[in-house]
Amino acid sequence: MKKFNIQYFAILRECAGIDSEVVESNVATPAELFVELTRRYDFPDMATVKVAINDEFGDWQAKLQDGDSVVFIPPVAGG
Amino acid sequence: MIEFSIADKKFQPETERERIARPSCGGYVSFEGWVRDHNEGHKVQRLEYQAYEALALKEGSRIMAEAAERFPIENASCIHRVGELEIGDLAVWVGVSAGHRDEAFKACRYIIDEIKHRVPVWKKEYYEGGDSGWVNCEACASHASE
Repeated sequence: MKKFNIQYFAILRECAGIDSEVVESNVATPAELFVELTRRYDFPDMATVKVAINDEFGDWQAKLQDGDSVVFIPPVAGG
Repeated sequence: MIEFSIADKKFQPETERERIARPSCGGYVSFEGWVRDHNEGHKVQRLEYQAYEALALKEGSRIMAEAAERFPIENASCIHRVGELEIGDLAVWVGVSAGHRDEAFKACRYIIDEIKHRVPVWKKEYYEGGDSGWVNCEACASHASE
């Protein structure tokens, strides 16, 4: 099992009910991790979620490493 | 000086303006984004901004560097608020100084447009009547009302 450090923001933080957690999982990619967490927390179906790996925008199909930090980014609304 | 920062308290744009001024600059353009009392037919009472700070600072700094590369400006700064904001509060400030006005206008416009689309900052509106919603997230609204 790999461990991932997950931070939640905005709507995803509200759905999860927590700011951050360590998740143990065998998933290979952020895409698989998001599906797993969506089952757990009933995240809304959003067309345009992005992902960040270790505080940098990442690819949904990237190979996750043990200890990676992962953040899912719902549609932004700055300004 | 080309910088992007996040503020969790009110700040004074006049102070920031002084930091940007240079004897070589003939023009200064600033933009202030304020909290508006309505949005898409709803009466807004207050706002909350949340930021993924580590990435927001990186992406914000990249946007500032892009502006400095595209337009011949001297200094540029952008500050984005997070936390609880009231109607009329300053939510985002951009200031640009340059030798001439044209590049200052263009750089300022570039910065605020890119910031709104790319920096991981989220805005939650609290409406009259008790509803609330994350802006730009239609699925979030329908999800919340299920």
